[in-house]
Amino acid sequence: MYPFTTGGDLRFDAGVGHAAVSAGARVQKSEWTAISRGASVKFDSVQKSYDGETLVVKDLNLDIARGEFLTMLGPSGSGKTTCLMMLAGFEPATHGEIYLNDDGINNVPPHKRGIGMVFQNYALFPHMSVAENLAFPLQVRGMARAEQEQRIKRALDMVELGAFGGRRPAQLSGGQQQRVAVARALVFDPELVLMDEPLGALDKQLREQMQYEIKHIHENLGVTIVYVTHDQTEALTMSDRVAVFNDGVIQQLSSPDTLYESPQNSFVAQFIGENNKLSGEVVALDGANCEVRLDDGTLLVADPVNINGAGSRTTVSLRPERIELAPSDEPENVVDGKIEELIYLGDHIRVRMNVAGNDEFIVKVRNRRDKRPISEGDTVKVGWAASDCKALDAVA
Amino acid sequence: MSSATDTSTDAIAGDGIVRAADGTPLKRSLARALRREKLRSFLLIAPLLAFVVISFLMPIADMLFRSVENNIVEDTIPETVQTLASWDADSGDLPDERVYAALFQDLQIAVEQRIHTRLGSRLNYEKSGMSGLFRKTGREVRRMEAEGPFKERFIEIDEDWADIEVWAVIKRYSPPYTPGYFLNAVDAELTAEGVEMKPENERIYLMLFWRTLVMSLMITLSCLLLGYPIGYLLSHLPARSANLLMILVLLPFWTSLLVRTSAWKVLLQQQGVINDFLVWINLIDDAGRLVMINNQTGTIIAMTHILLPFMILPLYSVMQTISPSYVRAAKSLGASDWTAFWRVYFPQTVPGIGAGAILVFILAIGYYITPELVGGTSGIFISNRIAYHISTSLNWGLAAALGTILLLLVMALFYVYDRIVGIDNVKLG
Ligand SMILES: Nc1ncnc2c1ncn2[C@@H]1O[C@H](COP(=O)(O)OP(=O)(O)OP(=O)(O)O)[C@@H](O)[C@H]1O
Ligand SMILES: [Mg+2]
Repeated sequence: MYPFTTGGDLRFDAGVGHAAVSAGARVQKSEWTAISRGASVKFDSVQKSYDGETLVVKDLNLDIARGEFLTMLGPSGSGKTTCLMMLAGFEPATHGEIYLNDDGINNVPPHKRGIGMVFQNYALFPHMSVAENLAFPLQVRGMARAEQEQRIKRALDMVELGAFGGRRPAQLSGGQQQRVAVARALVFDPELVLMDEPLGALDKQLREQMQYEIKHIHENLGVTIVYVTHDQTEALTMSDRVAVFNDGVIQQLSSPDTLYESPQNSFVAQFIGENNKLSGEVVALDGANCEVRLDDGTLLVADPVNINGAGSRTTVSLRPERIELAPSDEPENVVDGKIEELIYLGDHIRVRMNVAGNDEFIVKVRNRRDKRPISEGDTVKVGWAASDCKALDAVA
Repeated sequence: MSSATDTSTDAIAGDGIVRAADGTPLKRSLARALRREKLRSFLLIAPLLAFVVISFLMPIADMLFRSVENNIVEDTIPETVQTLASWDADSGDLPDERVYAALFQDLQIAVEQRIHTRLGSRLNYEKSGMSGLFRKTGREVRRMEAEGPFKERFIEIDEDWADIEVWAVIKRYSPPYTPGYFLNAVDAELTAEGVEMKPENERIYLMLFWRTLVMSLMITLSCLLLGYPIGYLLSHLPARSANLLMILVLLPFWTSLLVRTSAWKVLLQQQGVINDFLVWINLIDDAGRLVMINNQTGTIIAMTHILLPFMILPLYSVMQTISPSYVRAAKSLGASDWTAFWRVYFPQTVPGIGAGAILVFILAIGYYITPELVGGTSGIFISNRIAYHISTSLNWGLAAALGTILLLLVMALFYVYDRIVGIDNVKLG
């Protein structure tokens, strides 16, 4: 059941010649005709265990919409690759069902799923040239030679490697290999493309460039992309939605901004961006806000995102850039802090303080001309709004 | 131009030569610095080099030399060789009296030194009966008076001396170098009419070379067929089980070759374990017991067993380096299990196959003990004949010629392999 033999949802528009490709430019959106927007995927209470003792993936429920760019983000060993492998068909699910376009695929072998895949080490076949690598998926589908060549050319142009068809993968740089891997995963018009840390081996600059290009290709083609990374910046900049994994469980599934602004628990808050943690006990809960008594006795007004009610333990989480030193207006929370360390970072200054017994309390101060002089050892007031500090971690 | 420019700041002098700080040209000081390095590395490899020269290169050179060397005739009967030079074998006449007189003189000395029989055996390789002729003549020559006519005296001793062919052979083999051994080694001989193939029933070596080649190929092939799945299994098992299996693979190395070969004898002979079993399960009847030893089958079975590790080890080490993600990638691109194996996995194992096949083939082509023990007559290799000529018939020249041809054959096959697969496409790990 190959996507393009079943009437392919997505095709190269053969009518448009490469005249549309201006010199060195990417293939324009008009060259690809997105009939529908990729495949939809559904994990229905999927579990996975390798050894029969521990669950690597615990009760995974996940709906991925057509054409969505979904990123699985999480620390090492959290089960991201395992999920991807189950979707690609290389690992059987221990329990539950995976659906591709509403069809259960648990019993479909990998080569019949028609899912494109980009591997972390690219897995370009070393004994084949770039063009042969790209021809491989077309050959196994018995495509006519002329069409093969046309598609290979389009795909190579798309990743700006038109002149490299004759080279062996070993003769390419890391970034070029990565693009070939992307082109190979796309050349047979899959509706769904899986990428397992595809940029992990690249340096920072190249990685940012490739992030942009993959994003661009996704927008042009409309395929569904499931992307795995443990780089949170990558996840935030590329995705429509991010699924934060930890310990085989999705901790939060939401858009990047929600993830950052409204983390559901302190793992997410900690994992996405920088975060200050203060632990204490809920003393009062009144609709919009709650009061939290920190362990050193300080009282805070916080946003009750995920707590159990008065008397329960909680972790208050707040972003370093939302805190003001010596606040001029009157935020809900103002406490004393002692400056432990100043780190000059150009556009801002990181101030490490001791606040409410936590000496890893970070405040980011923008480097403005009118900034007030501060120095290590000073005791200053710090303040923040109640809506910026989230009371998290309901303990059952 | 200031003097400062000349001396310190500018390494390039007026003549355009780059100089080191002390004024010597940079190239020369670099060479001097490197010479010491080179000398040191040379000293490090010197012992090995000496060993290789003494134990490998010199014996091979000696072998090459022996395969054409033929000083024995000239050294033993120098006068005869000299006088025989003017005799024309095609004339149909026997050599004249001077030659017989020279032979008498030469033999007197040779008999004294007891070297005439060696000449006899040498010439016997070319024409049978020569050994006896010289032994007999040697006995008689002592009692002969130093008076002519020698021709009649010699013919009296043995009428072979009146045979033109005897003299023709002596003359043909009197030069210090001879192609005779090589001709012998390819079942040809030097006759009055030039190089000719030996009579059908005397030919043996070409057939042996051919058999050695074919059987070595068959052994290589069966090693590959048996070893490939094992290598695959080894490289895909978790480390613990792989190590255990590896020990089993290496087990043959730990038992004596002779013990193993004898074990094969016990198993494969007609009254042996395997035949007994086959009779017991009624697959064959008692009269139809299979002949699996003392023939080619025995040689192939036993040598495949012995050489299998040499195939498995390079295969395993190459397969181990092939990431499983290649096959996964192939499958995700739509290839069936077989296509993924054949088009993606297998080509990447070719260097291992090449290394293993070369190793097994080269070892097989020169193998000697196993064919000797389990090969019977139909399963012996060319090396068995070489060994026979070295230790039994003492025809070292022929053994050397056979060895040289074997060496050339292997080199030619290497060349062909290089042409087809590429020698850099061989990986031992
Ligand atoms: N083939 C396997 N056999 C047994 N256990 C495995 C296997 N593959 C993965 N695991 C285990 O499953 C857990 C999840 O692994 P997985 O590869 O999915 O993590 P991941 O989130 O992709 O991590 P990373 O970011 O390091 O790639 C890990 O604890 C790992 O040890
Ligand atoms: Mg992973």
